[in-house]
Amino acid sequence: MAHSITTADKKPAPKVDIIDGHTLSMYVTNQPGVLMRICQVFARRAYNIDSLVVSQGRDPAFSRLTLGISGDPAGLDQIVKQCNKLVDVIHCSEHTSSEAVVRELVLIKVKLDSTERRTELLQIVEHFGGKTVDLTETSMVVRIEGASDKVDAAIRLLVNYDIIETVRTGKVVMARGEQDT
Amino acid sequence: MASNQQPEMDGAQALIKTLDDLGIEYVFGYSGGAALPIFDALETVNSKIKFVLTRHEQGATHMADGYARATGKPAVVLVTSGPGAGNTITGIMTAQMDSIPMIIVTGQQVTWMLGLDAFQEADIFGITIPVVKHNYLVRETNDLPRIAREAYHIATTGRPGPVLVDVPKNISQSPFTGDLDAPMDLPGYTPEKSYIIDPDPVEQAALLINASKKPVILAGHGAMIAGAEKELMELAVKMNSPVTSTLLGKGVFPEDHHLALGMLGMHGTAYANKAIVECDLIVNIGSRFDDRIIGQADKFGAQAKIIHIDIDPSEMNKMIRPDIEIIGDAKAVLTLLNKQVETQKHDSWIETMDGYKRKYPLAYKKQGGLRMQQVLDEIYELTNGDAIVTTDVGQHQMWAAQFYKNSESFKWISSGGAGTMGFGFPAAIGAQFACPDQTVIAVCGDGGFQMTLCELATAVIHKLPVKILVLNNHYLGMVRQWQELFFDNRESGVDLEGNPDFVKLAEAYGAKGINIKRPADVGKKLQEALEYNDGPVLINAECVKADNVFPMIPAGAALEDMLTEPPKYKMEKPVGST
Repeated sequence: MAHSITTADKKPAPKVDIIDGHTLSMYVTNQPGVLMRICQVFARRAYNIDSLVVSQGRDPAFSRLTLGISGDPAGLDQIVKQCNKLVDVIHCSEHTSSEAVVRELVLIKVKLDSTERRTELLQIVEHFGGKTVDLTETSMVVRIEGASDKVDAAIRLLVNYDIIETVRTGKVVMARGEQDT
Repeated sequence: MASNQQPEMDGAQALIKTLDDLGIEYVFGYSGGAALPIFDALETVNSKIKFVLTRHEQGATHMADGYARATGKPAVVLVTSGPGAGNTITGIMTAQMDSIPMIIVTGQQVTWMLGLDAFQEADIFGITIPVVKHNYLVRETNDLPRIAREAYHIATTGRPGPVLVDVPKNISQSPFTGDLDAPMDLPGYTPEKSYIIDPDPVEQAALLINASKKPVILAGHGAMIAGAEKELMELAVKMNSPVTSTLLGKGVFPEDHHLALGMLGMHGTAYANKAIVECDLIVNIGSRFDDRIIGQADKFGAQAKIIHIDIDPSEMNKMIRPDIEIIGDAKAVLTLLNKQVETQKHDSWIETMDGYKRKYPLAYKKQGGLRMQQVLDEIYELTNGDAIVTTDVGQHQMWAAQFYKNSESFKWISSGGAGTMGFGFPAAIGAQFACPDQTVIAVCGDGGFQMTLCELATAVIHKLPVKILVLNNHYLGMVRQWQELFFDNRESGVDLEGNPDFVKLAEAYGAKGINIKRPADVGKKLQEALEYNDGPVLINAECVKADNVFPMIPAGAALEDMLTEPPKYKMEKPVGST
């Protein structure tokens, strides 16, 4: 029996949540305009790019992209194929966290109004294996790195303090074992 | 070398020389400031390239498109920056939607002015990303030959498509000091893989085919591009299977063959659509299951297994989830498949189809005024179905598809995916340049023709004997049909009051004009037009104002809900598609 793709077949789109989202890794030529082509593929099918990390590959002629995506999982296979079809894309694949190492880093700037608070904060940071990277009389910048859920957990605890701002790098991913990313 | 010595060539000359080496025969274009060095190179480089000055950049793109659809080879479109480049968008989109090879070279402002809103600067690279197979903004003069060669390669291999090359003026007029034979550098583009076929799904497909009792072959444009006519015929005869084709696949399987069902889909034949509803196997060879074909997706071929053969992996599971996916060039796949398919007999199934052909023939009324169908039927007979036919988009297009049966590939030239009005006439000019000895007929509506009629000048100057058949009902007929069926006959924005006298218009350009008003005159007047070969001839056929195309499957409805005649009840507004 042939199956058509109808809305009834499709699972509801997941919540826009980076933990439940999908992680795509791409290896692309390193030149102006490549990112525009890739972003248009996602926007056209109403996928939101939650996080995006671009950096030069080991060979400077290429770049590595890691994208955190939320949207209908049923259409993701199509998106991967459409990205692979782009002339500038050498390779695009989806990774689940069980088959891959996913990491991100966050910098959190917190207001300090007492020594007591500073001690508490340092304990939390230590628990998450973080580091203080800037300290003044009135503020502190901490760095926490790990899987996305760990970063989320740290932010949830620090919400009780007076967070001035946070900056997350977005996810980077690498396939486990000898598999290619 | 003395420092004041002239360089051997500039970038523009290197570009034209490379295009000539690639075998480009025609450049269709329109000049302008940013493209001056490239236009100059057309004069200074000794090449076989012929340049055709059009009257609008959109016309240039459709001409290159018509040339490519008639030959399978790409032509080049050459225009200036800003508005010149902007006017090519519709034509590029038309080519991209229908997988047509094309190379578009646009002039551009000098590189240091890009992004500064300089005169006639437009980010055509960014603008065209969604409508090209690939594009370039050239930033080094010495890259021009490599990029031109890559553009040609990308446009013509794998699933073909348009490639745009944007050339800033300082890049084209700087000295060229590089290697004209610089190799291509496309690590992410591997069309050669299309010829390496995974044998497993082919074997499974053969098993399904050999077990099938009521098969249908769906032949698409991909089979034509691959040149798989012979293999397709072998498969159809071996399987003893009826063959339907898409709008763009018309001709890849001869429509006058006893196994042929003609076109399927929204305005396809009743028997083709019935075949899809009743069959137990669909073998799709190079069609992308367009929404105009499948109607309501979950009811398409509901009783059938589906085999999908396509060169483009991203077409798999896009509209229809097949039982078997075979990725690759249609000819390569069929060559492998044919070896494993057994000779079959499906007499009762073929008899069922023949019964439907008798019950639901394509017919039209001969009373109550001149009908477009009659004109098309008669021109089909007069040309023995041998002409190259181009169309615009709308009712005349669907009737032409129904009544002009094609027995060969590359003779039916119609904008399918994009549905571009104004395509037919310039596409016919391109096809006539490509095939000077063949009869080329542009079947146009009065709406579409007026969008690109300025190309009459181009056709007259080159004395092209294109037959322009304006099927004139003074209406945007297809939209009016929908308003009649789905919007309580409330006409809105469809009355083309104010049409010119098309015969006088043709004469004003120096073309011949012929009027047809009475059904009895059709044969005689068409014959007169077909015998006139000193230049373009426009035939204005004054047709019945309000006529409807049937069969019809309302957009998004199931194929079994096809109407073969006007409905006697009020129709629901279609919601599944446009």
